[in-house]
Amino acid sequence: MAYTVNGKTAEADEEGFLVNINEWDEEFAVLIAKDEGINMTPEHWEVVNFLREYYAEYQIAPAVRVLTKAVAKKMGPDKGNNKYLYELFPYGPAKQACKIAGLPKPTGCI
Amino acid sequence: MAAFETPVLGNVEERPIPALVPNATNDLKCFVAAPAHQEALGFPGELVPDWQAKAKARMGDLLSKYRSLQVFMDSCVKCGACTDKCHYFIGTGDPKNMPVARQDLFRSVYRKWFTPAGKMVPGLVGAKEFTRDLLDDWYNYFHQCSQCRRCSLYCPYGIDTAEVSMAAREIMDSIGLGQKYCNEIIGKVHRIGNNLGLPGPALEDTLLGLEEDMQAETGLDIKIPIDVEGAEVLLVTPSADFFAEPHVLGLMGYAKVFHAAGISWTVSTKASEAGNFGMFIGNYDQLRKIAGRVRTAAQELKVKRLVFGECGHAWRVAYSFLNTVAGPWDFLDPRYPVPQHILEFTYNLIKDKAIRLDKSANAGKILTVHDSCNIARGSRMGDFPGGQFHIPREVIKAAVPTFVDMHKDTICEKTFCCGGGGGLLTDELLEIRVKGARPRMEALKQVVDDHKVTHMASMCAICKAQFTKVLPAYGFDREMVVSVHQLVGDALLLGNND
Repeated sequence: MAYTVNGKTAEADEEGFLVNINEWDEEFAVLIAKDEGINMTPEHWEVVNFLREYYAEYQIAPAVRVLTKAVAKKMGPDKGNNKYLYELFPYGPAKQACKIAGLPKPTGCI
Repeated sequence: MAAFETPVLGNVEERPIPALVPNATNDLKCFVAAPAHQEALGFPGELVPDWQAKAKARMGDLLSKYRSLQVFMDSCVKCGACTDKCHYFIGTGDPKNMPVARQDLFRSVYRKWFTPAGKMVPGLVGAKEFTRDLLDDWYNYFHQCSQCRRCSLYCPYGIDTAEVSMAAREIMDSIGLGQKYCNEIIGKVHRIGNNLGLPGPALEDTLLGLEEDMQAETGLDIKIPIDVEGAEVLLVTPSADFFAEPHVLGLMGYAKVFHAAGISWTVSTKASEAGNFGMFIGNYDQLRKIAGRVRTAAQELKVKRLVFGECGHAWRVAYSFLNTVAGPWDFLDPRYPVPQHILEFTYNLIKDKAIRLDKSANAGKILTVHDSCNIARGSRMGDFPGGQFHIPREVIKAAVPTFVDMHKDTICEKTFCCGGGGGLLTDELLEIRVKGARPRMEALKQVVDDHKVTHMASMCAICKAQFTKVLPAYGFDREMVVSVHQLVGDALLLGNND
């Protein structure tokens, strides 16, 4: 499959994860989120931007706990928990947020 | 993914045999491995043109190599004892999810190729041509088997459907029809070191963060040492323990146990994965290669003992096959079993009063436990029969005020799979995972209703991830599932333990 927005096309795998993370931009993020039934708010963007920064440094998405701590730092301690992340990304912060951020899907026993 | 209905939970005391729903899960197909995933493991990239001939040759190899497979093919008398023992059949009603029918997908081809009657009078003995349609059935239904071996417990001949399903997957890999989930992950183990694809620097950063958390919580410098040469113990644990919830709480529990006992330990970036998906795909070479990393890490780090973290199938590989595929382990301290399970390790420390637990830390929690299938039916723990059932329960009881077992037909050797084992823990199979969890959810609901159970402890990374996903589908809180060592870590008395 592929995503198309404003004349740009980005190839995705059968689950909707971008094949090439460099093709990602914010318009694709909005489109992927829409497919997932998510309307991007500033809180969603905080998470997505953090994921991309972390990935750029470590070539993997952050562990759920690393993410919740970063969220707590940026958005306040009451939001630094799993429940809040599931409110933002109902299918699970690890996989759904990664998809929107254009990162590969985390694999394994998770 | 198409919408589907979550099964309505029945009464665990009188579970009826489900009405048959032919082809109910015929279209539930997991993603096929891409050429890159296949070739990285030495398998053909895609279905080879002469796949039938290749499949026949591979089946012949397997039959001559594994006598068990030959016996399983020949000994079924169609008694029907297995039919309603599979959680996927109970959850879907699809007759091809009856263990005997699953085996017969393989057996029908075996008879056609390898038995005189099947060659001469195929119609009379259920022998079939290996057509493309039948191959599709193989792909679908051998990936709707979690290799949990519950059916084999009830089979009067001990026919092990898990082994048949492993052989089928091995044949499919050899002709270029592999499963994306398992094969992509095995590639990551070879390339990066673990199922997650967590590189060394990311692992170090993650562990530092966990040490900070434990410092904030306890005021103590509790470490998760990494690549420390000369440590007493090498801990090999599923990489999900570094990444996911509630797994990571279990990892912090192990760290607290080592700290409290004063035993030096380390994890390894080389063996940063306990899991061994080589078993799921029935490929001996992969199983051996993945297990070999543990040996190399233990030798390089000059450790004296080998301990495995909370992972079901890893423990089957470790307990049952490690000496064959990665031994001998004569360089380790002979006073300790090789390998040891972290639960056995903690159990011994509790028994010897080398660590002490205060149950009141878990006040208000009422626990039950989910026996992981590979631990229950594929291995043992400790030095006495039934240790794999007794030890986890004793550790939990030492950490919490109240413990209740689920229904007797669903625990210990009769445990039901969580619904996500054997390489099925992938999103596109969510429907079969939810439906397959039904018998476990029924048993859980009974103890929630009757005994006000608040949490279910699990000792396997796959079970933990699967329950986190499927509990909400049945109306339970996803945080009901906890790691055994999470309970231990919370109850452990730290500080001065002289």
